[in-house]
Amino acid sequence: MEVTAQQAFDIEKIRKDFPLLEQEMNGKPIIFLDSAASSQKPAQVIDRLNDYYRTGHANVHRGVYQLSQEATTAFEEARELVRQFINAPSEKEVIFVRGCTEGINLVASSYGRKFINQGDAVLITAMEHHSNIVPWQMICEERGAELRVAPVNDAGEIDLDALYALLDERVKIVSLVHVSNALGTVNPVKAIIDRAHELNVPVLVDGAQAIPHTQVDVQALDADFYTFSGHKMFGPTGIGVLYGKEKWLEQMPPYHGGGEMIKTVTFEKTTYNELPHKFEAGTPDISGVIGLGEAVKYMQSVGYDNISRHEHELLSYATEQLKQIEGLRIIGTAREKASVVSFIVEGVHPYDLGAILDKLGIAVRTGHHCTQPLMARYEIPGTVRASFAFYNNKADIDALVAGINRAVLMLK
Amino acid sequence: MNQINSIQDEIIDEFAFFGDWMEKYEYIIDLGKSLPLIEEQYKNEEHLIKGCQSQVWLHADESEGKVDFTADSDAVITKGIIALLVRVLSGQKADEIAQADLYFIDKIGLKEHLSPTRSNGLVSMVKQMKMYGLAINAKSQ
Repeated sequence: MEVTAQQAFDIEKIRKDFPLLEQEMNGKPIIFLDSAASSQKPAQVIDRLNDYYRTGHANVHRGVYQLSQEATTAFEEARELVRQFINAPSEKEVIFVRGCTEGINLVASSYGRKFINQGDAVLITAMEHHSNIVPWQMICEERGAELRVAPVNDAGEIDLDALYALLDERVKIVSLVHVSNALGTVNPVKAIIDRAHELNVPVLVDGAQAIPHTQVDVQALDADFYTFSGHKMFGPTGIGVLYGKEKWLEQMPPYHGGGEMIKTVTFEKTTYNELPHKFEAGTPDISGVIGLGEAVKYMQSVGYDNISRHEHELLSYATEQLKQIEGLRIIGTAREKASVVSFIVEGVHPYDLGAILDKLGIAVRTGHHCTQPLMARYEIPGTVRASFAFYNNKADIDALVAGINRAVLMLK
Repeated sequence: MNQINSIQDEIIDEFAFFGDWMEKYEYIIDLGKSLPLIEEQYKNEEHLIKGCQSQVWLHADESEGKVDFTADSDAVITKGIIALLVRVLSGQKADEIAQADLYFIDKIGLKEHLSPTRSNGLVSMVKQMKMYGLAINAKSQ
């Protein structure tokens, strides 16, 4: 009998893959609802890292000896896994970085120095994470360019008409978030990319919150740059990916100088290595890359269809349950949302709520979520954010709701 | 023993009566709710200590080598802990404030609120209180 994907998704079996979910916090079984900050790791990834350090470690792209060649093979196999995962045309376009933040900084700095000049503009949106604001502010200041910000409506959706009005021939790049970390909004990046391409403006997509939940096909999106972090997609911390179209990457100067990124060095003149190595100066995070490859395999074994179906169930259940709490207001009510619920409770400070939930073993994020301009837009100091991964279940949400009720009783 | 430490010991004794974290938190929350800690005029940008999570306002007044503190926060648990800090440090001699070892926070099981990673403004507030102590003490020497 054929096993359908739906049958294959066994939440209890999946939960057992994540050793941390069996831990306690403050003496209570942990209810982990902060995967948008960083996800937990399956045993498969942890074991792969362990195995690599115990039996397979050597520097890559350098040694003639067997161990180094095996490490290099494992490293480059992981690149190929990532390439297939996001459907990039070539492994030359898959650059390993420390994370999404470095991916954006790399493009802002390298693309910016080459293509952004006095009087030009960079277009972002009001729902960006600080990591997709500050690098652009820095390069705009340096190059004498203007930073334009497309507004967000009350529901937490980008005002597309306003964005298109800001998009003109002075704009040299658009950089926007695929899924908002603070609101959960899924942005119509494909439509925005198409519109920008009509003016030959490239688009960078910050995919940090999208990749754990949604299948990303960089060719279907036609994104010029797409960046994400490994640690939010069940891989190790300190590793991430920047996908870039070859036509841009070839024209961009290197970001960091050092070993690995060079072809020849003399004191007079250095020539640079081919892509992707041109952007990978120094010994890379080899174990991180190998662990990331394992995380890709793990996600593929779970399957995006299962992930999305399960997470959407959790999102609607959570939204429904949370709405029943008196005085609770959900911040971010976009039509298209990923499994993130941000909320405030009238008369209760997010910090106080978070501090009590912590004592109950419930891990949520509180504060401004590194999106201060967005919080200012809603005139709130911050929110409490519960974010779900496919390893969460309805019992986690029930615990959250009970925890909030208890905290509110104490605080009000 | 200086007064700062005797007040700290008093607080430790009081907290010994609480059975669990719930009771402690309820007490802190009550402290946070009940006290008007600072005059409205000082709740401004100049007196603001910004944390990532909560905000704190701190004002200091000097008289005869002693420092009186008033403070506030937008979060009630933070405010309750401020009430304890003010109880310990306010009205004390400047040099003793500067050198105070605030061991009571750890002893009453609230040290996570005074951890830099919480970023609730309290660590900066304690630093600021000690700075006032230091500055006023230096001035009086």
